[in-house]
Amino acid sequence: MTKSAAGSLLYLDGVHVSFDGFKAINNLSLILQPGEMRAIIGPNGAGKTTMMDIVTGKTRPDSGDVIFDGGIDLTRHDETDIAQLGIGRKFQKPTVFESHTVWDNLELALNRNRGVFATLFHVTTQRDRDQINDILETTRLVARKDELAANLSHGQKQWLEIGMLLAQEPKLLLVDEPVAGMTDAETEETARLLREIAKSRSVVVVEHDMSFVRDLDVKVTVLAEGAVLAEGSLDHVSSNQKVIENYLGR
Amino acid sequence: MITSFLFKALDRRAIWVVSALIALAILVPASNLMLPFDSAFHVSNFTISLIGKYLTYALLALALDLVWGYCGILSLGHGAFFALGGYAMGMYLMRQIGSRGVYGDPILPDFMVFLNWKELPWFWLGFDQFWFAALMIVLVPGALAFVFGWFAFRSRVTGVYLSIITQAMTYALLLAFFRNEMGFGGNNGLTDFKDILGYDIQSDTTRAVLFAASALALAASFLICSGIVRSKFGKVLVAVRDAESRSRFIGYRVENVKLFVFVVSAMMAGIAGALYVPQVGIINPGEFAPANSIEVVIWTAVGGRGTLIGPIIGAVLVNAGKSVFTAAFPEFWLFALGALFVATTLFLPKGVVGSFSSAMTWLRLRTGKSDAPVAEPTVRAAE
Amino acid sequence: MQHLIRFLIALLIVPLLLTSVSAQTDPRSLINAMAVGNLKARAAQIEALAATGDAKAVPALQALSDGALYFRKSDKQVFIAQKSGKNFDLIDPLTAENIGSFPKGSVSKVKVNNSLRRLIRSVIGTLTLLSPDPQIRIAAAQTIFKTGDPESLEALDRALVQEKASNVRSAMELARASVILKSDSTDADKIAAITLIQKGDGREGLPLLNEFAAQSDGAVAAAANKAIGEIEKTIALLDIGQTVWYGISLGSVLLLAAIGLAVTFGVMGVINMAHGEMVMLGAYTTYVVQEIIRTGYPGLFDYSLALALPLAFLVSGSCGFVMERTIIRFLYGRPLETLLATWGVSLILQQTIRTIFGSTNKEVGNPTWMSGAYELGGLTLTANRLWIVVFALFVFAALFVVLKKTGFGLQMRAVTQNRKMASSMGIRTPWVDALTFALGSGIAGIAGVALSQIANVSPNLGQNYIIDSFMVVVFGGVGNLWGTLIGALTLGVANKFLEPFAGAVLAKILILVFIILFIQKRPRGLFALKGRAVEA
Repeated sequence: MTKSAAGSLLYLDGVHVSFDGFKAINNLSLILQPGEMRAIIGPNGAGKTTMMDIVTGKTRPDSGDVIFDGGIDLTRHDETDIAQLGIGRKFQKPTVFESHTVWDNLELALNRNRGVFATLFHVTTQRDRDQINDILETTRLVARKDELAANLSHGQKQWLEIGMLLAQEPKLLLVDEPVAGMTDAETEETARLLREIAKSRSVVVVEHDMSFVRDLDVKVTVLAEGAVLAEGSLDHVSSNQKVIENYLGR
Repeated sequence: MITSFLFKALDRRAIWVVSALIALAILVPASNLMLPFDSAFHVSNFTISLIGKYLTYALLALALDLVWGYCGILSLGHGAFFALGGYAMGMYLMRQIGSRGVYGDPILPDFMVFLNWKELPWFWLGFDQFWFAALMIVLVPGALAFVFGWFAFRSRVTGVYLSIITQAMTYALLLAFFRNEMGFGGNNGLTDFKDILGYDIQSDTTRAVLFAASALALAASFLICSGIVRSKFGKVLVAVRDAESRSRFIGYRVENVKLFVFVVSAMMAGIAGALYVPQVGIINPGEFAPANSIEVVIWTAVGGRGTLIGPIIGAVLVNAGKSVFTAAFPEFWLFALGALFVATTLFLPKGVVGSFSSAMTWLRLRTGKSDAPVAEPTVRAAE
Repeated sequence: MQHLIRFLIALLIVPLLLTSVSAQTDPRSLINAMAVGNLKARAAQIEALAATGDAKAVPALQALSDGALYFRKSDKQVFIAQKSGKNFDLIDPLTAENIGSFPKGSVSKVKVNNSLRRLIRSVIGTLTLLSPDPQIRIAAAQTIFKTGDPESLEALDRALVQEKASNVRSAMELARASVILKSDSTDADKIAAITLIQKGDGREGLPLLNEFAAQSDGAVAAAANKAIGEIEKTIALLDIGQTVWYGISLGSVLLLAAIGLAVTFGVMGVINMAHGEMVMLGAYTTYVVQEIIRTGYPGLFDYSLALALPLAFLVSGSCGFVMERTIIRFLYGRPLETLLATWGVSLILQQTIRTIFGSTNKEVGNPTWMSGAYELGGLTLTANRLWIVVFALFVFAALFVVLKKTGFGLQMRAVTQNRKMASSMGIRTPWVDALTFALGSGIAGIAGVALSQIANVSPNLGQNYIIDSFMVVVFGGVGNLWGTLIGALTLGVANKFLEPFAGAVLAKILILVFIILFIQKRPRGLFALKGRAVEA
């Protein structure tokens, strides 16, 4: 593996992806350290979601290195493998298992053996229950644990999804627009939740909402046209002339 | 491990269904064999073989429901697994005929003598042993499902595409089994069976035992299905049905999940076919017809997919209706069946059982009694 | 006096001349002349008959050669005789009219021997080579080509001198080449002949050359062997060509069956299991139109298909319209439910047709312009298949134009790509849905008109095509009209290439298995749409 990947949690170098000639990702490079929280901003079509697709194995890059945990080539693995390696993903649109209860959603997400026979003969242990209860506390869903996920409000679904990510115990969390469509109070609450999560693991947040990014108070990467435009603190990037032209200025 | 599996399988509803089936398995044959003909409770030979047939259909529908109702795989080729199980049983029964066939050949079935074959083809070897045939009844459909599923699920063929290729699969088998060269009796299939395990296949006792076996097989399969859907694996199944890609992103290997239920379901369908053949006395390539497989889907839909009792009720209801209709107005059965397809999808998407339990839940909510919500599948979800 | 004598002589001679002239030109009297005279005279009689150049004399000569020429003792009239029981049926040698049955004793055979037979053979060749009918001339040349009778060389040369029609000429030249191979001509001539045969109808010439190569040696044999090799190559090519044609023909049938589905399934994403029944309705419309024409206006029969086309489009189209409005529109976004509901509709439609028309096959006739066959560079193309290929391509092109060039096509594509956007731009989306579905169904209906010409018209007609149609659309790539075209033709040709090795049923099974495997490899078909939109 490339030397510079050593020690990093996520390492992208020279990644290219194109769909029918449209270059969605164009020579993207990015390094994330263990325990780091990173916000990624950028205009529509900058390649934020495609970048997440690449990291989680949904899209294969045409070229470039995608290395996880200093030595695992993610381009050789599929979604399931990558999830089991310890990368969790939250989608833009909340996707939870609607015909399962909140509790079952979390139980399914728990980081246990996910093989066919292991699940077939699985017996819920005290450890499972404790962990689920903890997550319910963290995500403030205790009262609704027996409710079908379909009946949750939009914000609660987002939190449930974050809760499911916690249950996965990932090393790296990719979160796509976690506060889209949330009220201000919910947004604040979500920021608190993410900061708490980031204490124990690396998180990448893609977001449009500037005040939310400010709330997170972390290093920011600006993407535009499939490549990194600028990187640094929010204040630093927002004073960058190119960023203003490409994104903020509009 | 296994005990916890069974413990979970036996919830209140399952106990009720299994006991009912066991009671059926004992009472109906008993009444047929022991009660005098004029008794009000006597079950006629005709009725017993009719209901016996329904029970095998119910098992087939249950098998389909496991993949469709719980995992969202709409197989339009389950008739193929049913027919393969049936053929495996038919081959055993053919070999039992021995020298009592029209041509009196001790080894070769009549149709092979007729085709001037000199030797038994290799794939007929071993079918003179019941244990071997019994093994093949589950292994052959299971193996086909495994190979087919291995390719299909791995390359993520889903939805209608999967339905269409399962249909193509059974269609290809239909064409293949029609060929005399295949060595399965061609057009005429396998028939003129004499006895099974040494007992005359036509006798009342054998018929009663086959009936009981069908009821018990259905009960056992119900238990297994119940165990599967109530386990964590069952929750994964529903998760895959509702949000396949989400299940991948939390680390489940969706293709293995699907492959497992598909194979289990195919094996159950094989058993259903094996029990069906001795009761109707014939198996021919017509069982592979795509129309048959689609009909199974409608039994399941009418009864209520995503519930285990639904397909059983649906299979019995629709087939009873078919028996009545074809006797009274044979012209109109296809109209009725066609209308049933349309009406069920338009007005009764959850089926009889699903709609009934929705109504019950609604009533309970109105009377203010709160209860743990039942994980009813939403209609959209099952796609 | 001298004048008078001359006049009298003239009076005597003119009728003589006249009779001799008429004897030379009237085959009947020449034939009847054979009732008298010995074998030697017979040769002269035969040559005289040949000199008429009238091909009508051929049956009599043939009969003479076969020993079937008899004369009636009572009036010395000559007939061709056919034994029937103890009697002979006498047949007029020129008109082939059966005169009636006569007892054996009343007729006598016109005698013939082997040397006369040889003469007859070459005479027949000559006669028919000079026949006014070019078909007969070609047939004569082809007969000589096969027999290679050296005696016919002279006749051929004579015929070639005056032959104008080029196709007859080439047939004669081939025949001449065949004769030369059998004769003792020079090697150079023979090699030229071989080349000629090789360039001509190879398949026919092959046994000839094989025989020749086995008998000869040296440069001639080498030339013959080389020619044999070339011919075999050409035949192999032609066989491939013929198979490709059969494949294209099957492919066009598949295309017709699938093209409506390419609209309903490909463009709208609706799984219409009743699609086959729309085809069936089209076929039955054709049947009804033909029945009405047969009983009322028999003269219009050749136009029956032209009349059936718009009607079939209307019948199936309106059926599709009703289906969309009453059932399918409630099931958008639920493909599996749509599949089941439309399957139900297909059962109802089948049973309706069965109730009205019965379950037996219905006779749908071919108009005259769809019967017969065409020859094209050694390939045989039957007219109905040819027309169906042309028609399928025409329907494809028409649909293509409707989809890509008309306002309706634009609206249709807009609705399928982004329903909300289209509707907010003022497109009446439900209306477009219904019309699109009706269009797809209507096309299935006109496909039914074409298929009625080659398939059994029965209530099960549609069932036979539904799986194939889905295979074609899925194989070609859903939502791609070109994919459907290429898919249909590929599957048709592949099927026909497999058939010689595997047999028809196994070929079909192999194709199904291939498609099943293919879909695993490329779930979105041959020409898949790419990009994010597909993911939905």
